[in-house]
Amino acid sequence: MMTETGITEVGLAGLSRMLAKRQVSSVELTQEFLRRITQWNPLINAFITVDQERSLADARLADTLLASGKGSLLTGIPLAHKDIFCADGWLTTCGSKMLSNFVAPYDAHVVGLCKAAGMVLLGKTNMDEFAMGSSNETSYYGAVKNPWDIAAVPGGSSGGSAAAVAARLTPVATGTDTGGSIRQPAAMTGITGLKPTYGVVSRYGMIAFASSLDQAGPMARSAHDCALLMNVMAGHDARDSTSLQRPAEDYTRTLDQPLAGFRIGLPREFFAEGLGSEVAAAIESALAVLRGLGAKTVDISLPNSALSIPAYYVLAPAEASANLSRFDGVRYGYRAPDYVDLDDMYEKTRAQGFGDEVRRRIMIGTYVLSHGYYDAYYVKAQQVRRLIAQDFARAFDECDVILGPTTPETAFDFGSKSDDPVAMYLSDIYTIAVNLAGLPGMSVPSGFDGRGRPIGLQLIGNYFSEARLLGVAHQYQQVTDWHARVPTLVREGVSA
Amino acid sequence: MTTWEIVVGLEIHAQLATRSKIFSASSTAFGAAPNSQASAVDIALPGVLPVLNKAAVEYAIRFGLAVGADIPPRSVFARKNYFYPDLPKGYQISQMDDPIVQGGRVTIVTEQGDKQVRLTRAHLEEDAGKSLHGDYPGTTGIDLNRAGTPLLEIVSEPELRGAAEAVAYARTVHGLVTWLGICDGNMQEGSFRCDANVSVRPMGSETFGTRCEIKNLNSFRFLERAILFEAQRQIELLEDGGRVRQETRLYDADRDETRTMRSKEDAFDYRYFPDPDLLPVVVDDAWKAKIAASMPELPQAMRARWVEQYGLSAYDAGILTSNRVMAEYFEALVQVVGGTGAAKLCANWMMGELLAALNRYELPFSANPVTVDRLAQLIQRVQDGTLSGKLGKTVFDALWQNEGEVDAIIEARGLRQVSDSTALAVVLDEVLAAFPTQVADYRAGKEKMLGFLMGQAMKLSGGRANPQQLNDMLLKKLQS
Repeated sequence: MMTETGITEVGLAGLSRMLAKRQVSSVELTQEFLRRITQWNPLINAFITVDQERSLADARLADTLLASGKGSLLTGIPLAHKDIFCADGWLTTCGSKMLSNFVAPYDAHVVGLCKAAGMVLLGKTNMDEFAMGSSNETSYYGAVKNPWDIAAVPGGSSGGSAAAVAARLTPVATGTDTGGSIRQPAAMTGITGLKPTYGVVSRYGMIAFASSLDQAGPMARSAHDCALLMNVMAGHDARDSTSLQRPAEDYTRTLDQPLAGFRIGLPREFFAEGLGSEVAAAIESALAVLRGLGAKTVDISLPNSALSIPAYYVLAPAEASANLSRFDGVRYGYRAPDYVDLDDMYEKTRAQGFGDEVRRRIMIGTYVLSHGYYDAYYVKAQQVRRLIAQDFARAFDECDVILGPTTPETAFDFGSKSDDPVAMYLSDIYTIAVNLAGLPGMSVPSGFDGRGRPIGLQLIGNYFSEARLLGVAHQYQQVTDWHARVPTLVREGVSA
Repeated sequence: MTTWEIVVGLEIHAQLATRSKIFSASSTAFGAAPNSQASAVDIALPGVLPVLNKAAVEYAIRFGLAVGADIPPRSVFARKNYFYPDLPKGYQISQMDDPIVQGGRVTIVTEQGDKQVRLTRAHLEEDAGKSLHGDYPGTTGIDLNRAGTPLLEIVSEPELRGAAEAVAYARTVHGLVTWLGICDGNMQEGSFRCDANVSVRPMGSETFGTRCEIKNLNSFRFLERAILFEAQRQIELLEDGGRVRQETRLYDADRDETRTMRSKEDAFDYRYFPDPDLLPVVVDDAWKAKIAASMPELPQAMRARWVEQYGLSAYDAGILTSNRVMAEYFEALVQVVGGTGAAKLCANWMMGELLAALNRYELPFSANPVTVDRLAQLIQRVQDGTLSGKLGKTVFDALWQNEGEVDAIIEARGLRQVSDSTALAVVLDEVLAAFPTQVADYRAGKEKMLGFLMGQAMKLSGGRANPQQLNDMLLKKLQS
């Protein structure tokens, strides 16, 4: 029998069974995670906002539902939302001073769905400011520490959610991914994260960074848990015009499908210069495991993938420069205390309310959209985007899923790239093309480097192939235990 | 001395009469308490997204079909970026490269005949909120009720020559959008407002002069005054050897002048780009056909029919079809009056009396106090001889004052035309007896004395004598 303290290692399906059988109550479960947050968050800084009373009220409600038999599969299970999602009555900062006083008056669609499923909100997780960053160092609330090594970044922008899952401060969390913001921190913290096909999860209530790229997804300890949370998060929402109208699907349905005959495409561009040797070795080992499960590998090419970073750093800042215009100090959020007139109010509010990286991207975006530059930058980048999507379309004629590293290297040390934006941007070199094409992508734990920092492999699927990606990851996780490893630092109280 | 030609192009903002806003479910009703019709989307809370109101698209298509424009299969919303406190998102959702309505033409009726005015485009966009200066000492209030109200911006080619044509065009477009039921046309409430691009050039010149844009003209009179002032300002500038600077100007109605708002150097770079929150608007032929089938008979078609069927002049038919309420009034009037020739008589009464009175009081046709039945009855009383044309006008004035039914007015005021020959003979005998000299003069060949005697007889009858009959009887008596 599982000890009470070992409950952090139980997957969502197991927790669901325990709750249903009243082996544990939602309140007890919630209290356990709140206790761990109290213990570890001062060190890890994964949460910006925790509200114990509110969480416990959710848990009591869930217990009532469970007692009356009205619960659904995830009723009573705690989760954390990235602080990019508006949650009614919760401080919703997006990691920025600009929204440091903003209490959302409504629920994002994803938040509403999790609430309706009876899940318990533990708190709002830290993130790079407005999701702009790959290390969590741009958060106004201070950087999140990687639970595997507090000298290392947790990745970003969903670094708070990633670290919270890795440190067992929550069983599962939501994240968002614009250029790799779910997959890259998942890789760096040894957890499993899925960025769905663009349009599968509603963006309503998710504070926009780059609207044509942003997509929310689950972050968890296993593919199975990601699939269960996807079942709650996905679905059409009339409030998001880019949300797709598709029949509901069960993302767990192909988890047990064997991989015999499955074709895994290996893009040569992902195994070229720039890939760290330890990461490369881990991916090779993972491929050996997958071949052992019956999968075949085929060499493919994504010839335009090198253009993905420049194209992304035109398009994402362009959209962001407009998306962030609403933060003007007029209606909500931060307003500079002293100003002489309207323009001065705007300038001071935005200069003081936004951090360096956000200001940098607003300036880039404003520049590329300016009269005389629009065709050379924005229009050209859109053309590149189409070429990248065509690369993938051709590749999927030859394979069922594409596999490669999630990141070129493992988690780097704090401060090592924060003064070099381009080096920082290169950390998303394998993930960004997926967003530009709107495809689903996953990161799956697949080893550790010599310093004990996690390595992630990336799976990229064709449109709407999330269930298949989850299946490949699940099969891999049936024969490996990388995803089940617990960081030594936070192992106290965890039966590993 | 140079003769100058005034060149005008208009950008008309017609507020679409949808119940809810273009990208949110908030009401568009006018006059509610500040910010009571501003939802999370309208105030641009973090995370909210726009959802296109299909009715606004249908209204735009209706307009496009009515002006014979191209409705492309795909049109795109774009973000127009600028900061202003009444623009909550910091960008306006509008259309730039691919508007919903492309080309088209509007026929305007001028004293010199019809003129075709080509349209450049018409595009959908959202309105901004209102900044309330002055209501709050030391600070500015923001009312976002209007933010997100759907607008159709209708852009003409610079083909209007002078203020009168510009006003005729604006009135025609106003008539058309209200005719189509896509805009309430209420100019006081800002539902229909114009920006005028004005330039001047020597008559006969092929090239355009430098233009100035005059913003936000919310009445036809202001439009006319502003163009006249602005053209005169430019002409004087050029005749004094100066140059016109391209700029945006405001019309100050109190001082009847335009003045600089911002120069071209200060013009914003709006950094348009396609709005990634909205999908392209796809319009297929079936949708267009369905909308076309639901459209009322258009003013141009109705006008042609009236010329053909009723024998009206093109000018009269043009005026009477300039507004749907008026056109429907006219058709109803012709029906009620009935009989051959009714249409021309009805047109004369409407043009001569009803429209003249409405113009005199600067009232829109919708404020017309004379019902179809009453005007029809008046026309019938003239047709059947109960009223002379002149008495008819007196009755019309009473109807305008809403004094009741036509027959009651005739009785109460004693306006019935006297056609009784015994009574008329008594009157004539009295006049002949009273003016023997004039009678003698007439008989001696001074024919103009007839008019004098008629006038005296008409006066004695209190203006009620049937003029034709009186004239005939007088001639007979004088010849006897």
